[in-house]
Amino acid sequence: MKRRFLVRLVIGFLLVGMVLTLSGCGSSDKPKLHVYNWGDYIDESVIKEFEKEYNVDVIYEEFATNEEMYVKIKAGTANYDVAIPSDYMITKMINEGLLHKINLDNIPNYELIDDRFKNLAFDPNNEYSVPYMWGTVGIIYNKKMVQEPVDSWKILWDEKYSKKILMLDSQRDSIGVALKMLGYSLNSKDPKELNEAKEMLIKQKPLLLAYVGDEVKDKMIGNEAALAVVWSGDAVYMKRENPDLEYVIPKEGSNIWFDSMVIPKTSQNKELAEKFINFMCSTDVAYRNADYIGYSTPHKEVIKMLPQELTSDPSYYPAEGDLQNSEVFEDLSDVLAIYDKIWTEVKSE
Amino acid sequence: MKKKLLTYPYLLWMIIFTIIPLFLVLYFSVVQTDQFGTRFTSEHLARVFEPIYLKVIFRSIALALVSTFFCLVIGYPMAMILASRELKKRDILVILFVLPMWMNFLARTYAWMTLLENNGIINQLLLTLGLPTLNILYTDKAVILGMVYNFLPFMVLPIYSVLRKIDRSLLEAAEDLGATPVSTFFKVIFPLSLPGVVSGIIMVFMPAVTTFVISRLLGGGHYMLIGNLIEQQFLATGNWGFGSALSLILMAFLLLTMGIMSRTDKDREGGRLW
Amino acid sequence: MVRSFLIKSYTFLIYFFLYAPILILMIFSFNNSKSRGNWDGFTLKWYAELFQDSQIASALYYTLLVAVLSSLIATILGTLAAIGINNMRGLPKMITLNVTYLPLLSPDIVMGVSLMLLFIFIKLQLGFLTMLFAHITFNLPFVVFSVLPKLRQLSNETYDAALDLGATPFEAYKKVILPQISPGIVTGFLLAFTMSFDDFVVSFFTTGSGVSNLAIEIYSMARRGINPKINALLTLMFICIMLLLLIVNYRMSKDSNKETDVKIIK
Repeated sequence: MKRRFLVRLVIGFLLVGMVLTLSGCGSSDKPKLHVYNWGDYIDESVIKEFEKEYNVDVIYEEFATNEEMYVKIKAGTANYDVAIPSDYMITKMINEGLLHKINLDNIPNYELIDDRFKNLAFDPNNEYSVPYMWGTVGIIYNKKMVQEPVDSWKILWDEKYSKKILMLDSQRDSIGVALKMLGYSLNSKDPKELNEAKEMLIKQKPLLLAYVGDEVKDKMIGNEAALAVVWSGDAVYMKRENPDLEYVIPKEGSNIWFDSMVIPKTSQNKELAEKFINFMCSTDVAYRNADYIGYSTPHKEVIKMLPQELTSDPSYYPAEGDLQNSEVFEDLSDVLAIYDKIWTEVKSE
Repeated sequence: MKKKLLTYPYLLWMIIFTIIPLFLVLYFSVVQTDQFGTRFTSEHLARVFEPIYLKVIFRSIALALVSTFFCLVIGYPMAMILASRELKKRDILVILFVLPMWMNFLARTYAWMTLLENNGIINQLLLTLGLPTLNILYTDKAVILGMVYNFLPFMVLPIYSVLRKIDRSLLEAAEDLGATPVSTFFKVIFPLSLPGVVSGIIMVFMPAVTTFVISRLLGGGHYMLIGNLIEQQFLATGNWGFGSALSLILMAFLLLTMGIMSRTDKDREGGRLW
Repeated sequence: MVRSFLIKSYTFLIYFFLYAPILILMIFSFNNSKSRGNWDGFTLKWYAELFQDSQIASALYYTLLVAVLSSLIATILGTLAAIGINNMRGLPKMITLNVTYLPLLSPDIVMGVSLMLLFIFIKLQLGFLTMLFAHITFNLPFVVFSVLPKLRQLSNETYDAALDLGATPFEAYKKVILPQISPGIVTGFLLAFTMSFDDFVVSFFTTGSGVSNLAIEIYSMARRGINPKINALLTLMFICIMLLLLIVNYRMSKDSNKETDVKIIK
């Protein structure tokens, strides 16, 4: 009878499952390295190579946002050896004593990182982090739908493009854009400036097609909108898929972001963690990661190895001049409540 | 009878894994930790009642109610149809009904975007047929569609499982007494299926109140729902106190409302809704 | 007949509605471009990439294992609970029901974080077991609310008749009650499985030690955009399940149907 067959199937499956789990347990005595990274943010072959070369097991876990990663690490639930958060989160973790100091003597490949990307505001002297990927935030626009030159954030408030504008569904990114448009710092804690930003966002809302997340890429590629706020790494990909698109960092300045490798204090194997970071900074590995991910790399040698058309593209590798007014996000822990209230008000209109 | 003992394992489980965590949440909602130390406070709970937050809560409840309503209206006929098929086909159809839900939620919702976009598949089809295009994505219609899409099986399946065994002789009796099919439905079938309907409503409405990803992806993130707001407190602002207060008040409100509504149940078995 | 036509069209419409996005998903698993907005030719490269991905394989395995186990355990616990609840009255019943509503009402993040803290407090390392416990917890209400209506629908008479005829309470349950509420039990299992299979937030916060599930893998790609190898995976899963259903259907048609069932629509 059908029922008996199904029951047998389920029991069989469970038995197989049990056998596999149990055989997995008590596996090797190899040292373990626990890595915590964004999804789809590494060339997988790199992990296997590290495992072979150093004879270790890499336990690789992924997270979707900095904040979720932070909750897991702060709770002290697992002994992550290496994590790859973003700039402002690194500052926050440093301030809360969640990170080990990295001994750069153990990371000779650190030399291969371009000096331009060292000693940045979120971790002066690079005591706690080593850069992995970086990029900018800017405007991507469809040249067929936007006939005028695009050089300012103000164009996102232009009624001409009503219902053809996309903004990011992220508090800091969108409030930051409004602040920059008004000429303020995107790390502003001034209630007056923040209030102005709020007013501008409320004014902008009727003009928006939507607040989006990563689907912004497919939207712009599919010609659904004329203008959007995106990250540079995605911009490079989008331009390749749709030649009508162009990326620009507005003159008021924008946000430069970094994802860097850190060693949480929960790590039980700091030496191995440092070896891993060094491994990731080696030219060959860094090249494979940069090639797979497609975001901008801080690695001097890798930049030379990448195709000319990519590295000469200012979206991928902006000149220092383009980044004059751009800032890195700072940790705004004490003011976040105001940001949250503003965002709630904007979204509740 | 001794049957009540059967709930004991379940209750033990719930105490450990639901009640104790709930007390944790309660603790967060009444405690404030800052440079002056940890102290009890009512500021989190009070803050929930600010107009802007109440607006968010009521909007979420309204959306959940509308979605539940459409699930019921669309789902009930489907449940009836499923219940009246022959045995063989029926079980397969039921599994086929749930199967789409096993295909990751995010991926399915993105697929809806591909269908509903201005240059999406549906509009492209309409264009080739010479018909006017639809503007559904990023409107309320798309959000309701998404909600119904995700919750429909939870409404259909319980109703279907109850409809399967409705006593034929009752229907025949109704017919003999001169009832039309319509009044047979409303006076015999529907009331008998009510326990299933109530289950369906519970399993759709309650999760729907705190659902927000559908509104974000298909609604364009135009509105903040209570689900977003609470998540923001736990993740972005790190204000677990306020997040916990919001959750608690929301849950208390809904439980109270359900309790009051079930008092109108004339069945004196004391089981309220049941 | 008009009625039969209406029924068939309605059914077709609903199933089409359910499967339209799945179809899109599957088509795009063959798209040479990573983007949904751009069809760039037919390719099988995502399938190739999928087979090399050991992360996803491990995630799929755990997803299935946790879903099946948690649904089974929840079904057993929940069915017993429903039977017990059905025989309760008054305050204990109301309290038990309200407790059952709690996981349904809880926002995912609250459930995930509070369970995570609970596990840390009792010094249980996050991993497979903690994820399993969490899944059982949110599955339980779905089982309870699927079985309860069937119990309500039941008349006490058959149970009493069985006892009168000399059956022990246990036998009466096994041979009389359970078969009659089995549609509810199966529904409960299916719904629980569905909830467990695709859970992200609660799983994310209650797992660790390298144990992941599909939902975590996919949501973690949120910032980068979902890699089409996920579409490939879902397509393969879909095909496998369809094949399984076909096999089961074939086997069933070989047995005779002993059960006669009530038809509501003539």
